[in-house]
Amino acid sequence: MCGLCGAFGGESHWSTTIEDPEQAHFARRRARAYRVTLINRVLAPSRITIEDFQAASFVLANATGKRDIVQDLGGVWQQAEQMCGRQLDPLDADFLASLA
Amino acid sequence: MSENTPLLPVHVISGFLGAGKTTLLKSVLASEAFGDSAVLINEFGDVGLDDRLIGDIAEDAVLLSSGCVCCTIRGELSEALRRLLTRRQDGDIPPFKRIILETTGLADPGPIASTITADPVLRHHLRPGTNLTLVDAVNAVDSRAAHPVWEAQVAVADKLVISKTDLVEHHALTQLESLLDALNPAAQRMGREALDQPSDSLFASGPHLQRFTPGQVKDWLGPWRNPVRHDPDHLGNIRSFRLGLEGDVDWTCLGIWLSMLLNRHGSDILRVKGVLHVHGDNRPVVLHGVQHTIHPPEHVETWPAHDRHSELIFITRDIDAERVTQSLTTFMERISDHPSPRIQHA
Repeated sequence: MCGLCGAFGGESHWSTTIEDPEQAHFARRRARAYRVTLINRVLAPSRITIEDFQAASFVLANATGKRDIVQDLGGVWQQAEQMCGRQLDPLDADFLASLA
Repeated sequence: MSENTPLLPVHVISGFLGAGKTTLLKSVLASEAFGDSAVLINEFGDVGLDDRLIGDIAEDAVLLSSGCVCCTIRGELSEALRRLLTRRQDGDIPPFKRIILETTGLADPGPIASTITADPVLRHHLRPGTNLTLVDAVNAVDSRAAHPVWEAQVAVADKLVISKTDLVEHHALTQLESLLDALNPAAQRMGREALDQPSDSLFASGPHLQRFTPGQVKDWLGPWRNPVRHDPDHLGNIRSFRLGLEGDVDWTCLGIWLSMLLNRHGSDILRVKGVLHVHGDNRPVVLHGVQHTIHPPEHVETWPAHDRHSELIFITRDIDAERVTQSLTTFMERISDHPSPRIQHA
């Protein structure tokens, strides 16, 4: 738990449940860092970035400096849509074309 | 309940009005195989008729009234489940091993899973179990035409049981079976004996498949090996398709893509399930979800080393295979650091 903000570590999102809880701390951090890298690639066309926060949550930021904290992957997309003011639809041809 | 205590399954009996849900529930409760079950009944209306019908067998049955479990009384469902757990913990009722929920005939059972997994208390004690849907052979065509929820009930089913088969002609029954195969080719079909003499196999399924053999996993994926052709015009807006993936899958990339897809289209992704071979792991991962909710994926412990073929099955409302294939392929090619698997749909 983060002593400063009281946030508990670890995610409960389904996408993280196949990670071995016994695996080394650095391996979990590496998997989380890779997840952040990939989410940033998806959000880059919307000019939104995401950072890991204490391995417990994520911080989204847009180009105007607005920042929001979300707990897991499930919250990322809803919050990102609010920040950029439009739907982020992975079935939309224009959205797919915008991915680098 | 400690972290190591298995989560108790919440099985759902669904089906349109008059399909025989309460009759099945009475048979289930009369069976020795289900002696350690707690029962929740969701009845729409001021008078809980089903509760009276079942009351002589299960005195402790809990009635959820005044609304459908899929929408207006989701809070009431959470509270009822919590009360059951508290009474179990306090020793007021025997330590049941499963909960069986009978929905109203008008309920979409899909949101029940998310009610359980989104609740901060319930998700540590309970897990979504098997969705069993009864289909009334006599009234299926009329019910489907008049009420879209009929299709949702069929689409989310892990198991389908046709009732009143003795009241229809053979060709009508064959047509109905063909329609069900087309609407939900991933569901296991159970015969009439499931109604008359329910055994413990009635709810034996669901996402906890760790100890399944490869053959059992393929059975769980449904009768795709022998797909029944059905006129697409008769399927309305329901689509069912299978994606085959040749090459290992980047689990992180897939999780990002699927979570994004469910965020935007979750209410139209009626079912998704599959077996995936992921980078860096010899054991395949079993994926299983209903609408917005994905059950915690699990590894299958025994699997032939040479079989690295992955497949994902979707049942959707108005979302076709080409769009989903194109989207997943684009994510795998442009977002992932790993080589993309070759993705084809059938």
